[in-house]
Amino acid sequence: MLARSINILPESTQKKVARRADLPRKVVGSYWKADVVGVLPTMLLYGFLVLLPIVIAAVLSFYNWNGVGALRFTGFTNWDAFFHDPIAAHSLEVTGILAVASWLVQTPISIALGFFIAGRQRYRAVYAAFYLLPLILSTVGIGLMWQALLDPNFGGLAWLAQNAGLSFLQQNWLGSNSTALWTIVALIAWQFIPFHTLLYQMGRRQVPNVLYEAASIDGATKWQQFIHITLPQLRYTIVVSSTLMLVGSLTYFDIIYVLTNGGPGDKTRVLSLDMYQAAFVANTFGYASVLAVVLGVIGVVVALLLVRLTGFSSLSSQREGMA
Amino acid sequence: MKTILYLAKKRTIGLVTFLLGSVWLVIVLAPIYFMALSSLRRQGTYVTANPWVPSGPLTIHQYYVVFHSGLGTYLLNSLVITFSCMILSLLLSLGASFRIIRGTSRFSKLSLRLIVFGLAIPIQAIIIPIYVIIDKVGLYDTLTALILVMTASAIPVSVLIMVSYVRDIPRELIDAMSTDGASEWTIFRKLILPLSGPVLATVGIYNGINVWNNFLIPLVLTQSNSTSVLPLGLYKFQSQFGIDVPAIMAAVLLSAIPLLILYIAMRKQFIKGLGGIAMR
Repeated sequence: MLARSINILPESTQKKVARRADLPRKVVGSYWKADVVGVLPTMLLYGFLVLLPIVIAAVLSFYNWNGVGALRFTGFTNWDAFFHDPIAAHSLEVTGILAVASWLVQTPISIALGFFIAGRQRYRAVYAAFYLLPLILSTVGIGLMWQALLDPNFGGLAWLAQNAGLSFLQQNWLGSNSTALWTIVALIAWQFIPFHTLLYQMGRRQVPNVLYEAASIDGATKWQQFIHITLPQLRYTIVVSSTLMLVGSLTYFDIIYVLTNGGPGDKTRVLSLDMYQAAFVANTFGYASVLAVVLGVIGVVVALLLVRLTGFSSLSSQREGMA
Repeated sequence: MKTILYLAKKRTIGLVTFLLGSVWLVIVLAPIYFMALSSLRRQGTYVTANPWVPSGPLTIHQYYVVFHSGLGTYLLNSLVITFSCMILSLLLSLGASFRIIRGTSRFSKLSLRLIVFGLAIPIQAIIIPIYVIIDKVGLYDTLTALILVMTASAIPVSVLIMVSYVRDIPRELIDAMSTDGASEWTIFRKLILPLSGPVLATVGIYNGINVWNNFLIPLVLTQSNSTSVLPLGLYKFQSQFGIDVPAIMAAVLLSAIPLLILYIAMRKQFIKGLGGIAMR
């Protein structure tokens, strides 16, 4: 690769001499121009469709607006309403439960599976190829598939309940108060465990085997090795995976919108769904913006907290290098 | 004796691991198998037949039906926005990354700060203003809107990955070209671009998958059937076909075929695109 790139360097050395004289000024000028050409289009698009919306969301939360009529400034009314809104409080609670449950379910399974497919046995590579299949299905596709499978009358699980004696499978999984939220947690796990398995597989393969050999010579048990070698070595992977998992499930929307739309009752009504309905169903854009800001702040704070709390020197040094 | 015990223990552990791994394999494959088998039935036989055993008359009729009820259009739309977003986000991000590394102006340094900041903002938090902006500029219900918004939301991750990649390109190469009188544009075109193949593949696949499967942005920014992309189209099928589960299953499977081909054809790149993003 290097050789190839050297080949493409301009061959003309004669011109070089002539141009050297006026290099500094010209270079500085072309640098600045090049910065504008290179960065400006990106920043324009990014500015208009990411940065500006952040500002608008914050501003809009102080107004009343139905989406078409005039904006009406109402100060902290929307925020005040939010803090006294039992529906919003409930959504926050459901969101929190969903996020924590998702983390508790997905992390151990992903670590176990990740270590499993990090092994070099041939059959495990084959397993790994199948494990990752859910990643190619869209969220909506996954939702529709499970909806058919979980249907209490004609679904695949109901059939097993009626014909294979597994009567505990006969549930109205998505429709009953006691199971709906946990079913959603399970479906999200089915969708995302493959991705986190992949992360843990990569993480595990980066741990030098010498460490384990040294430890077992010193007489450390498997469990001690896991606590004292694997976990510290995997710190980076755990933080990345947990951050993506928590922020992802705190803002989760797709499957819930497609399958339950918050129901039964409000049992699976999460904050992002609340926001969507406030904006695009009820046309209360001001109030919806309050929910959006809350959602954004939760996402940012959780990400920052995780990075800080885990004493994350390795990530911060990578970041510093970038900036 | 001790060795025999050790070997026996090791074999048991290996067997238990194998069994647990197989349980997960079943959990992953059973729903997909159920979906595939159901898609081959007609609605009448679907409700009566054993959904786990391929018995009775099977047909690909449903695939034909859904493809001609709009899925073809959705597929085309998805391909258009996915390719546009991939190319646009790669070019914009690589150009920006090159200037952020090489540029000296305050503008390029500030840009990186702003981009890192955007990394933590979930799309759900800004979807309302995005809708308002798109509506105001008259792009509501167009594929252009989807391309612009999805490209913009792909920029933070793309730039961050590319900046760390471009930084590793030896400075001597760039300086050598520069002293030889090559313009910044030539350096970008003849040095940076050819050397960035691997990172373009990784980031491109990652962005491509995200665009292909995104649901919220099309849900908010489009409404007519002619601008629907696959995830939204599938959602519409749900109400259009109602209880015709085999048709819906066929639609879901059809919509997954392009990514399945990509996955089979270039699994290594695919996995790198997914996992590599988070690891770097």
